[in-house]
Amino acid sequence: MANFIDRRLNSKNKSTVNRQRFLRRYKNQIKKSVADAINQRGVTDIDSGENIIIPKKDLSEPVFHQGSGGIHDKIHPGNDKFSPGDRIAKPPKQQGQGSGQGDASNSGEGEDDFTFSISKEEYLNLLFEDLELPNLEKNQLDKLIEYKTVRSGFCAEGVPSNIDIVKSLQGSIARRIAMTSSKRKQLKAYQETLTALNQDKHDHINEERELKNKIAELETKIAKVPFIDTFDLRFRNFAKQAVPTSKAVMFCLMDVSGSMDQATKEMAKRFYILLYLFLSRTYKNIDVVYIRHHTQAKEVDEQEFFYSQETGGTIASSALELMNKIINERYNDNQWNIYGAQASDGDNWADDSPHCKSLLENKILPKTRYFSYIEITQRAHQTLWQQYQQVKESHSNFTSVHIKEVSDIYPVFRELFKKNTKSAA
Amino acid sequence: MVTTAKKKTNKTTPLDDCPDWTFKLLAQYQTEIARVAKHYRLDTYTNQIEVITAEQMMDAYAGVGMPIGYNHWTFGKKFIQTEQTYKRGQMGLAYEIVINSSPCISYLMEENTMPMQALVMAHACYGHNSFFKGNYLFKSWTDASSIIDYLLFAKNYIAKCELRYGIDEVEATLDACHALMNHGVDRYKRPQKISLDEELKRQTEREEYLQSQVNTLWRTVPNNNENKNEKQYNFPSEPQENILYFIEKNAPLLKSWQREIVRIVRKISQYFYPQKQTQVMNEGWACFWHYTLLNHLYDEGLVTDKFMLEFLHSHTNVVAQQEYNSKYYSGINPYALGFNMFIDIRRICENPTEEDKAYFPDIAGSNWLDTLHFAMENFKDESFISQYLSPKLIRDFKLFQIHDDEHNNYLEIAAIHNEQGYKKIRQKLAEQYNLSNLEVNIQIIDADIEGNRSLTLLYTPHNNIELGESKTEVLKHLHYLWKFDVKIIQEKEAGQYKTIAQCPEKTDE
Repeated sequence: MANFIDRRLNSKNKSTVNRQRFLRRYKNQIKKSVADAINQRGVTDIDSGENIIIPKKDLSEPVFHQGSGGIHDKIHPGNDKFSPGDRIAKPPKQQGQGSGQGDASNSGEGEDDFTFSISKEEYLNLLFEDLELPNLEKNQLDKLIEYKTVRSGFCAEGVPSNIDIVKSLQGSIARRIAMTSSKRKQLKAYQETLTALNQDKHDHINEERELKNKIAELETKIAKVPFIDTFDLRFRNFAKQAVPTSKAVMFCLMDVSGSMDQATKEMAKRFYILLYLFLSRTYKNIDVVYIRHHTQAKEVDEQEFFYSQETGGTIASSALELMNKIINERYNDNQWNIYGAQASDGDNWADDSPHCKSLLENKILPKTRYFSYIEITQRAHQTLWQQYQQVKESHSNFTSVHIKEVSDIYPVFRELFKKNTKSAA
Repeated sequence: MVTTAKKKTNKTTPLDDCPDWTFKLLAQYQTEIARVAKHYRLDTYTNQIEVITAEQMMDAYAGVGMPIGYNHWTFGKKFIQTEQTYKRGQMGLAYEIVINSSPCISYLMEENTMPMQALVMAHACYGHNSFFKGNYLFKSWTDASSIIDYLLFAKNYIAKCELRYGIDEVEATLDACHALMNHGVDRYKRPQKISLDEELKRQTEREEYLQSQVNTLWRTVPNNNENKNEKQYNFPSEPQENILYFIEKNAPLLKSWQREIVRIVRKISQYFYPQKQTQVMNEGWACFWHYTLLNHLYDEGLVTDKFMLEFLHSHTNVVAQQEYNSKYYSGINPYALGFNMFIDIRRICENPTEEDKAYFPDIAGSNWLDTLHFAMENFKDESFISQYLSPKLIRDFKLFQIHDDEHNNYLEIAAIHNEQGYKKIRQKLAEQYNLSNLEVNIQIIDADIEGNRSLTLLYTPHNNIELGESKTEVLKHLHYLWKFDVKIIQEKEAGQYKTIAQCPEKTDE
């Protein structure tokens, strides 16, 4: 009357398609949630997925249901103190509309938001959909040469540590078979003749002796074929292959002079987070160098970079000098993909701005993949912006953008890294 | 109901009670349960018992009881919800899921212990299964032998539509159908059974035929009527409560594949219609039988004390009823109510009191097994409760009724578990399970086929309860299917009708 079926080994991802459909449908809401979530992350925190929050009302599937008002009769269990005719004050109206008896499933649960997790890959894909790194293809192979050793078959010469035992012994067997097969055939023939002679009624002493000698001679010959010969040895072969480097370094430059308040720094931080996440999609290892400056530049850690307060004037070139120095010392531009991001409120000592321009044009931009400058300010642009505008016109791997408030960051970022289909043609 | 530990008279060796199950052991228990079930005349479809993992159980959850579901985002949403609550430990998964099909498919969770598997087999494979086969609602509304085929047909058809017309189009159509899914049943007409062969055979010709019918209905060739202002006839001639059916047959601009999708959703809605109406009975019946069957095995000495203790522990959890002032209270537990009612019917048959004889002259002292089978076969929740809820059970549950009238600023205790209250409580509790009180009463009363093609629906309130907020949203979906103006009206005073929702929205009214 019953059949048992073990379904445990069947695929368990029956719902994958439906899950994808869900993500597809709510892409806009999910994207918004993803963009909001950026604010709560540390710059290098990219290993986690993300919790997505969608307001419940966006998700509801409406059906006709009974609303409020009218007469409701409801039976409850466990009467401990009531008598017929007792009156109880109505509980105060609640925000939700869970009063009706028919609508419990749909609207009775209040307005909790719908929260779920997406994986890191899904998160990054949503965040950076339609974006690409500028200049990646153009420079990848001619400049970024790094070698990787890869296996490439076997060869007859090499160092003992690379001997491949299996291959060598296979060679040995083959050689031994090849060198002895004719002799073995002969030997077999002699042995058969000898047996025939032995069984013969007549004596063949001479012939037998002669045959035995021949057999002995052949056996010695066969035994003399060496078990292994240098000729048999096979070595694993390795070859060098040029690969594009997967290392990148990201320089975060920020003005921390008195005019930069905490809110401005937070905005800059978000921009750095986005850049870091984006780079991490392409590069395996990313170093982040934080350089902050007022009149002097200093390399610091993340915590100090974002949260320590300094006062004083502003000389932006000091940071660029330091960046150049660090590149020369630690990040050879043949091995590292160098990205720079500078954030400032635009204040700079007026005489310094042309110097910044020349530093960028002559020293930094030739080595970097991309350098972006964001100016976070509500005021009018000053000399630094004007100088940088000139750089922008003459260099394709430099860009400067203006951010006024937090909500500008993500659109600006998208604008910067938008997939440029025209340039490819 | 305390199990009495009877002296084991016969020398049967008990079945292995180790917590880890094996397929061999499952089969042994199954054989014994089947034998006892037969003893109690439980008539079932052939069982197909599938062992699955927790992940697969979550998939099964997401499919809302359909073993094969078409693809739609709402199932993805359900899956994500289940996954989230399960992972956070807010919810345990059910021990089993059972599908009303022939053969009857039951899913057992891999994690269950052997006693749990035995409980689940008795509960699902013999309790629910015999209910599916015996109850009149299931007999007349569903066809267990063809549902799997039909679901497969639906899945393939919808997948084909997605390829041909695009995911977005299909999704929008399905969304609209889902919004009206509760209005896809003719309550007072017995439905035709779904048969796959017929479906396939008729599907193509139906597409063409339907379209031609619609075309006839909506023909724009002018009639030579003198008095154009007067309506020729009412269409539909009688109010239609089956909105999906009306759409399928009459929506003017629907494409033929969309009609087929409307039909699929309607058929699935019909398949689940009996389950909505028999929750208390179905679960009560299954609980009664897992309890009775396993106790029978215990009495025979086939299962051990250790087994029984674990079984009773789970059983008590399932049929526990929280009281109204408990913080875990979430209404009446259908398992508890149903189980206790069946136990109580058996008691009334076997040991009736004077009170029972007065209340239940027909069944007091009758053969309990006959009475139970009769009750299972011929009732739904509403009628079952109004027929069989005994004063004793009302006292045991300490039921009381709260009356909430919006015109009063207080709640009133209308009845409690005393002599004056029994019948009132029984009647109100039965009404609480009456689907036509729970679901809104909306009917299509007019489609202006000669004028602007607008569709008018009438909402008839139950107990003066207003139509819920979502009406405008649902109307948008209906508008998507109908493509012309739709509105809902409600009778406010005698003869005075007021539009309570319309789509597209108009400001002039």
